[in-house]
Amino acid sequence: MRNLQSTQLLFECSQPGRRAAVFPAADVPPQAIDEWIPCEHRAASPPPLPELTEPEVVRHFVNLSTLNMSVDTHFYPLGSCTMKYNPKRHERLAGLHGIVDLHPSQPEADVQGMLELLYTMQEMLAEIAGLPGVSLQPAAGAQGELTALLVAAAWFRSRGETRTKVLFPDSAHGTNPASAAVAGFDCVQLKSTPRGFVDLADLKTHLGSDTAVFMVTNPNTLGQFEPNMTEIAQMVHDVGGLVYIDGANMNAITGVARPGDFGGDMQHFNVHKTFTGPHGAGGPGAGPIAVRSFLTEFLPGPIVTRRERPTGGFTWHLTTPARSIGRVRSFFGNVGILVRGYCYLRTLGAAGLLAMSQNAVLNANYLLARLQDVLPVPQGDRCMHEFVASAKGLKERGVSAMDIAKRLLDFGFHAPTVYFPLVVAEAMMIEPTETESKETLDAFSDAIHAILAEDAAFLHDAPHAAPICRPDEVRAARYPILKWTAPPASPETAHAH
Amino acid sequence: MAYLFNTAAQQRRMLDAVGAATLDELFDQIPAKLRLGRPLDLPPPLTEIELESHLRGLAARNVGQPERVCFLGGGSYDHFIPAAVDAIASRSEFYTAYTPYQAEASQGSLQAFFEFQTLICQLTGMGVSNASLYEGGTAVSEAAFMAMRVTGRHKKVAVLESVHPEYRLVVETYLQQVGCDVVVIPTPGGIAAPDAVRQVLDDQTACLVVQHPNFFGALEPTRELTAAAQAAGALAVVSFDPLSLGLLARPADYAADIAVAEGQALGIPMQYGGPYLGLLACREEFVRKMPGRLIGQTVDRMGRRCFVLNLQAREQHIRREKATSNICTNQGLMALRAAVYLALLGPAGLREAAELCCRKAHYAAGQLAQRAGLRLLFDQPFFKEFVVHAPHGAASLISRARQAGFDLGPVVAAGGEREGVLVAVTEKRSRDEIDRLVAALTP
Repeated sequence: MRNLQSTQLLFECSQPGRRAAVFPAADVPPQAIDEWIPCEHRAASPPPLPELTEPEVVRHFVNLSTLNMSVDTHFYPLGSCTMKYNPKRHERLAGLHGIVDLHPSQPEADVQGMLELLYTMQEMLAEIAGLPGVSLQPAAGAQGELTALLVAAAWFRSRGETRTKVLFPDSAHGTNPASAAVAGFDCVQLKSTPRGFVDLADLKTHLGSDTAVFMVTNPNTLGQFEPNMTEIAQMVHDVGGLVYIDGANMNAITGVARPGDFGGDMQHFNVHKTFTGPHGAGGPGAGPIAVRSFLTEFLPGPIVTRRERPTGGFTWHLTTPARSIGRVRSFFGNVGILVRGYCYLRTLGAAGLLAMSQNAVLNANYLLARLQDVLPVPQGDRCMHEFVASAKGLKERGVSAMDIAKRLLDFGFHAPTVYFPLVVAEAMMIEPTETESKETLDAFSDAIHAILAEDAAFLHDAPHAAPICRPDEVRAARYPILKWTAPPASPETAHAH
Repeated sequence: MAYLFNTAAQQRRMLDAVGAATLDELFDQIPAKLRLGRPLDLPPPLTEIELESHLRGLAARNVGQPERVCFLGGGSYDHFIPAAVDAIASRSEFYTAYTPYQAEASQGSLQAFFEFQTLICQLTGMGVSNASLYEGGTAVSEAAFMAMRVTGRHKKVAVLESVHPEYRLVVETYLQQVGCDVVVIPTPGGIAAPDAVRQVLDDQTACLVVQHPNFFGALEPTRELTAAAQAAGALAVVSFDPLSLGLLARPADYAADIAVAEGQALGIPMQYGGPYLGLLACREEFVRKMPGRLIGQTVDRMGRRCFVLNLQAREQHIRREKATSNICTNQGLMALRAAVYLALLGPAGLREAAELCCRKAHYAAGQLAQRAGLRLLFDQPFFKEFVVHAPHGAASLISRARQAGFDLGPVVAAGGEREGVLVAVTEKRSRDEIDRLVAALTP
């Protein structure tokens, strides 16, 4: 049951003199801190953090948690995000002594189990990608994109080539152009065909000796496999460019097709999507990359290598590739998330991963079939693991994709991704994932049908049962309030303390 | 099959609804010649019992706490984590949610991140904080890019040699491709010499990057350095240790323009290097040039206070190649941990933790010098870690400590023949542990 006081801020609960964490007295001989830390380095007083007890901190955050929807509490068909079940065993195992308490600078000899795990993870990802060189370092998918582009740039430099352009279709994730810009490339956005595929003619006009990389999500953000993937890769390779596969949609094709086999030279994985690292309300993720063998020596370091012992067995080592681009972050990577991904791959194995993709695609196609009478899908009646429906037809009666999204919350369903990709009007991008039942998909479909029979004005006011309704985002942006500030103290409240 | 629902009968009914004969037919979009056509070559699947046994076996081949006492530092520290931090971060409503695009379904995370931003502002004294970045190294790179946007200078970034070497490598990796020079200013005395810094800074320099306490644990002349940067029209970027702020002046006190940090000390386990937490706070006037997610307060249609993703027009999903960064998420769960940690410590707890680190580190340094004859490589004030000179090489010193059950490091190469080893002492280390370390290293 909801606690109506739960939306007070921590700072409003603070009372001078309250304590939660208390540390022991120093067990070393007392000495004035001033003798060690010159006065000019000292703070006059500690930071003005709130003063709270442990019970109120716990009640505060537990109550806040009840204001969220999450995979463990709700169906969360957020397109492009692969919100699948996060197995509880992963949480226990990632927290094991000997895993969670390892310092990143421990000697290799003392972390052989961890290095073996990470090495096996590299090998498994290489097999899934069909690309032999793997770096686990990138912290997220966007950083994986950037890392791969830097690897590509280093490879071109090593060949004495100056290539300045990164190409991507207009249906691409925003991170593609943003990563290209951070990597110092000029961005060229290509048109899609009316069906949402890469326009070969447009691609041809933009390809040339200045083309560095063509970035493509496949299956694309419309949930469709590029029918001309072979031709696309051939065209890019013919002008000396590289093909980057944005791996956001690997949940559709794992065990079915491999980026390395369909023309990709580089790809990233979203371990937090395909291999079910928990999304953590926006991170942490992990965005390892896989590349062709000729790019391996440019990968960021360290990577894990294995040596055979003369006496049998192996030892595992951290190695920086010969012509490495350097580091893209400190330490090894988001190991805690990689361990969860490892547990998932070891649980599923090859057959489990294939079944994962098959059921993800089946669930998406089933939901598409159940919904397309009321929400047309411009890309046709089949999809991969997700599809993009359009609420454009409802405009004339004043109902938008946003209205439907908000009203779904009242029915206990998280909203799909709306207004992305940009190439579909009133887009609703729906990705059910494989860890949902037919019953849930039926209930979701029934909810959509019920919502579309409702009065438009009622929908504009949705959600009706959520903790809040339609925040004023314009006001938030125009007059940004990005932190709590203490109200001016009145004489009375000052006295009360 | 693991985590799947559809029975064979349901699959059949679903395929009928779709109008497909087989599961395979659903993949018709993928040309046959592009299909794998064989099972992936992966290790066989494991049940939960087998997986747990396998992971425990791997973990047993690692040496963690408490078999070995951790005096390792250099950006990752064995600080105490109150149980309530784990309890809150284990709430699946937090950890199985995603980026709070739908504000109505995400007020819990949004409010927690708004509180996180406020706590970081209180901690640093800075005007505005984002909702976090990946980790400490990329936070420095993002700050450098931000400084380039603010100053309009894109050709040169100055970084002190005393900044964490991996952070410097990250900055170099990030900037190599955009034609921006990274000039490293030597710090042979263990901290920067302001005069030498002034000579490097010029009207092309976007920022000066300082770490305080620096990689060697030493305190930099922050006021002189920020003033030097600003006199050249550059921004002062300071990478701080959040726990040190229970004792040390806040970045705003010495006029930092952008304050960044590795936030691992704030309730995040070491877990072999990540996930950690990048902090970035700055002067309020730069808010629209900031990278990363920002949470803002507003009201809903009933006038209730609520929280939303704010100023998204800076971000990649709106601005694409013109975005202030390519970062797509924050480190939500790690930011939550930091918020709970700071709320539990409060001003008094933070001061106690900082003082304990400082006292114990100085006791350890004193004992190592007096009893073990290990002098400090740099004669500078320090906070919780310091570099001991390793006369017979760093490897030998680390190895002796290791045989006695203590981990030291990482190694510090201070130029020339001088090699040292970092020793970090957190509030968790007891006098007994320190005394035993000293005894083990006493010839």
